[in-house]
Amino acid sequence: MILAIETSCDDTCAAVVTRDGEIRSNIISSQGVHARFGGVVPEIASRQHLTLLQPVIDQALDTAGVSLEQITLVAATRGPGLVAALLVGFSAAKALAAARRLPFAAVDHLHGHLAASFLKPTELEPPFLALIASGGHTLLADVRDHGPQPALLGQTLDDAAGEAFDKGARLLGLGYPGGAALERLAREGDAEAFEFPTGARMGGLDFSFAGLKTALLYRVRELGEQQTELCRADLAASYQRAIVESLTLRVRRALRATSATRLAVGGGVAANGALRAALEQLGVELDIPARELCTDNAAMIASAARYTPALAFPDYLTLDVYASGERTLAA
Amino acid sequence: MTASPRSVRTRSGAETESLGAQLAGTLSGGDVVLLSGELGAGKTTFVRGAARALGVRAAVTSPTFTIGQRYQAAAPLLWVAHLDLYRLGSLAQEDPDLLEDYLGPQTVTFIEWPAAAERELHGTLRVARRVTLAHAGGDERVIEIS
Repeated sequence: MILAIETSCDDTCAAVVTRDGEIRSNIISSQGVHARFGGVVPEIASRQHLTLLQPVIDQALDTAGVSLEQITLVAATRGPGLVAALLVGFSAAKALAAARRLPFAAVDHLHGHLAASFLKPTELEPPFLALIASGGHTLLADVRDHGPQPALLGQTLDDAAGEAFDKGARLLGLGYPGGAALERLAREGDAEAFEFPTGARMGGLDFSFAGLKTALLYRVRELGEQQTELCRADLAASYQRAIVESLTLRVRRALRATSATRLAVGGGVAANGALRAALEQLGVELDIPARELCTDNAAMIASAARYTPALAFPDYLTLDVYASGERTLAA
Repeated sequence: MTASPRSVRTRSGAETESLGAQLAGTLSGGDVVLLSGELGAGKTTFVRGAARALGVRAAVTSPTFTIGQRYQAAAPLLWVAHLDLYRLGSLAQEDPDLLEDYLGPQTVTFIEWPAAAERELHGTLRVARRVTLAHAGGDERVIEIS
């Protein structure tokens, strides 16, 4: 039985997963724990993780119906992320493992997103093409095995896809983060009303969303406040279409380049209905895990831990975390 | 550092990157550069140019979501750090050492949306430059460095 902890960004997460990939519990702080443990969510970061981690771990064990004595491997996200946030979960996990002389697996967050597809009931088997699109990452990977070093085919050169949603929402006055609000508004709008750049002329498999963000800003300025208010749903729908087209265009190119017949999608943007609909048109087998496995969670970290070489006590005590930007999947 | 403020008009992202690279040549470990400008003004583009010039080889992307990115840089620096404090309401609610890993004598630090840091870390940050970027139509930007 594996206990995994994930604190790379906003959410405090813990999960219990069996060695063969069955999820026994998957607790995410932003989804229910606050209600149970009270307390207002502070802005972000390490202090919140410190407060929430123990209750989240307790709940993960409770829900799974296991005690710490039944845990045989402890895992945690080592990076990439915000160092102070990562350290909370990583240090706690190491301490938990050390106290029981258990082995420890230091997991890469992006390997985790890919490994969400290895969990039951899907248990997708490599090879497949993977698209990870979240608030912090956007990449395409050629997944040939279960291990932590898939071939990176392309990644964003500026903003992540989820960030493009959130920043577009901000420009349309939907607050921040407002990716989900933008999607709701887009349902009432005409996606053909405005033309936004999809980076179609940019060859290769890398993504870029910075130009799109600026195009929306200029369009909003041109229209003026009153017109923008009237066209907000059309703007949202057209902007969303551009993000979705930009993503699917590169997925199509990658499918051609790798001859893959299966596509796995992860990251919070995988929950977007327009993206799902577009990917379903590609004519390949599509695997999109349940929403709580797409956004940041610890079950995916436990899953990745199954394919990450574990370190014996006390070899992991000196391990440190790594920040975003410092390291990425193999290019 | 007391360079007189200057204002430059760039006509493309590449020119904005070049300007960042030029600025990088004047920076040394421990320096902090504050960047202001609205969405899409080119703050990350400017930092990308500066980071390249400081020896960063990895892709320099937006730090909005994670709040901080850290890149290995060429000697004598160890790191180039890139922070975006937009999502932090105030550092007063955070651990005092939240940003510790992104500041230091062998790090050049770029901070977007720096209001929270300026308030809370006033006096502890060695602000070398302030860069203000503004849209000037199309790909043009007006960039002021002081």
